Amino acid sequence: MNNRKMRNLFMIPYALWIILFVVTPIILVAYYSFFDIEGYFSFANYKKFFTPVYLKMTLSSFWYAFLITFFSLIIAYPTALFLTRTKHKQLWLLLIIVPSWINLLLKAYAFIGIFGKYGPPNQFLEWLGIGTKQILFTDFSFIFVSVYIFIPFMILPIFNALNELPSSIMDAATDLGASKWTTFKRVIFPLTIDGVKTGCQIVFIPALSLFMLTRLIAGNRVITLGTAIEQHFLVTQDWGMGATIAVFLIIFMFIIMILTGTRKRGV
Amino acid sequence: MENNIIIKFQHVTKTYHDDLVLDDVSFELERGKFYTLLGPSGCGKTTILRLIAGFTEATKGEIFFDGKKVNTIPPNKRKVNTVFQDYALFPHLNVFENVAFGLRIKKFKQKIIEEKVKEALSFVNLSGYEDRDIKQMSGGQKQRVAIARAIVNEPDVILLDEPLSALDLKLRTQMQYELRELQRRLGITFVFVTHDQEEALAMSDEIFVINEGKIQQRGTPLDIYDEPINRFVADFIGESNIIKGKMIEDFLVEFVGKQFECVDQGIRANESVEIVIRPEDIEITTLEKGKIHGHVQSVLFRGVHYEIVCQDITGNEWLIHTTKKAFVGEEIGLFFTPESIHVMRLGETEEEFDLRLQSYSEDQTNE
Repeated sequence: MNNRKMRNLFMIPYALWIILFVVTPIILVAYYSFFDIEGYFSFANYKKFFTPVYLKMTLSSFWYAFLITFFSLIIAYPTALFLTRTKHKQLWLLLIIVPSWINLLLKAYAFIGIFGKYGPPNQFLEWLGIGTKQILFTDFSFIFVSVYIFIPFMILPIFNALNELPSSIMDAATDLGASKWTTFKRVIFPLTIDGVKTGCQIVFIPALSLFMLTRLIAGNRVITLGTAIEQHFLVTQDWGMGATIAVFLIIFMFIIMILTGTRKRGV
Repeated sequence: MENNIIIKFQHVTKTYHDDLVLDDVSFELERGKFYTLLGPSGCGKTTILRLIAGFTEATKGEIFFDGKKVNTIPPNKRKVNTVFQDYALFPHLNVFENVAFGLRIKKFKQKIIEEKVKEALSFVNLSGYEDRDIKQMSGGQKQRVAIARAIVNEPDVILLDEPLSALDLKLRTQMQYELRELQRRLGITFVFVTHDQEEALAMSDEIFVINEGKIQQRGTPLDIYDEPINRFVADFIGESNIIKGKMIEDFLVEFVGKQFECVDQGIRANESVEIVIRPEDIEITTLEKGKIHGHVQSVLFRGVHYEIVCQDITGNEWLIHTTKKAFVGEEIGLFFTPESIHVMRLGETEEEFDLRLQSYSEDQTNE
C-alpha cells in the first residue's frame, strides 16, 4: 500500500512533464488549427490543406524524407554489417556515433563552408579543370547533408540487431548449402528487419519535418512541411494554418509509427 | 576397402593466434559408424568438428572427404550437416521451413520438399508439428527439429556438437537412445562431440578421447573403459583408483608394498607404472580374504550402490562401488581379480600401446 503511494509520488515529475510539454502543446496545436487568420473559428485551414499548393508540399516532403531514409539505409546497413565483423566493433561504433553529439546547427554551418564557392570540393573541380559548380543550395547538398546527419541513427538499431544474431545461425545456413548472398537474403536480413524498421522510423519521421537544413543547405529551394510550419508561425503569422499543417504532420507520424511498428511475434 | 573411409585427417594441425588447438592429428572415419569425440572443454574436439564441416581451415595437414582433399572447400559445398549446440534454428521460420531450408536452396520441387520434410519429421517423431513456431517448441523438440533439418539433406556425415548438453537428465538419456537408433536406421556416419563420458560410452561404435589437441586414445567403449592408455583417459572415463606401482615381471606387478598377479606383459622389469582399478571391480570382503586392507573413511548411499572411500596402510585412497554396506571406522578387506588390474605405462604413445595389446592376443592364439 505504502509502496504504491511512493510509486505514484515518483510518477509526478514525469506526468507533469508529459502534460506540460507533450499533451498541452498537442491540444493547443489542435485548438489553433480551427481559427483562420482573422481569428474566427472555421474549417478553412483544413480545406486549404487539400489545395494543390499544400498537397504538393506534402508530397515533396514525403519524397525528400523517403530519399534521405533510403540513402541512409543503403549506406548504414553495409556499414553496420561490416562493423559487427570487425575486431573492435564497439570502438568503431563509438567513432561513428560521436559526430551525432555535435550540434546540428554547427554541422550545417560547416557544410556551408565545405560546399561553398571556395570549399574543398569546388577547389578540386577547379583543379580538374571542370570549374566551380553550384553545390550548395541544390537537392544534392540537401540530401547529402541530411543523410550525413541521420546516418548514426540508422546504424545504431541495425548494428544492435546484427550484433544479437548468434554466429551459429549464419553457420547453420552455410552448413545447409546457402551461399553468402542466400544467407544474407534468407536469414540475416529477415532476422534484422526490426532493426531496419526502427532505423527507418527514427530517420523518416524527423526528415519529414526538417526545416533548418532546407534554408541553410537547400537555400529554401526545398519546401517541406516543416518549413511551411515555420514560415506560417514566424513570417506570415498565420498560426491557424501552421497549426493545421502540424496536425497533419502528427497524423502522418502516427500512421508511420503504426506501419513500421515492430510487432511482437510468438508471444 | 579404401572406399569405406569417408573422412580422413592426415597430420592436421590447427593454431589460433599462436595457440595450438590441434597438434598433428591423424585419423580415419568409416562410413555408417557412430563416432564420439570425447574430451574436456577446450581440448580441440569442437575444432575437429568445425574442420570437417568447413567452418575453419587447417593450419597444416590434409583433410580428405570421400577420397577427395577438401581443405579449402567451403561448408556449403560439403555433403556434411551439423546439429549445433544451441540448435541454431531460424527463429523467423516455422518448423516446416526450418527443415525445408536446405532443400529449398537446392531448388527441389515443392512436392518433393513436402515429402522429404514430412519423412524427416516423422523420423524424429515430430509429425504434425509442421506449422509450429520455433519459439513454441520445447528444448527437446527444438533438438529434434535441428536433427530433422540435418538428416533431410541426406548428407554422408552428420556432425553433432554437444547437442544434448542443454537438456535435462531424463530427456538426455531418452535422446541418447533415439540418436543411436536413428543412426542405425539411416546408416549415416555420425560424429558426436561431448564431454560427458557416460553419453560417449552409451552411444558410440568408437570413441576418440581427446586432450590438449591430441587424440589420447581411440577404441570401442569397452576397450577404452577396460584398458585406458594413461592417467588422463582413466580419470576422464569413469571414476577410477590410480595407484603408483612397479612392474616386477610379466604378469606380476607390485603396489601398496605387495605383489599381485595381473594380465599385463611386455613391460620392462622394474619399470614404474600406474595401476588402475575401477571402483566397481573391487569387492568388500573379510580381512582374511582381502588382498589389501582398508580403513573405511566415508560411506555414501548413491541409490544403486554405496560409494565407500577407504585408506590403505600406505595412505592411498580407494574408491569402491558396492552393494554391500560397510561402516565408517571399520577395517575391511579389498578383493579384486587379476583381470581387474590395469597397468598403464607412463608416457606410452597410442602406437606403442596398440602394439603391446596386439602382442597379448597373438600370445593367446599361440597357446
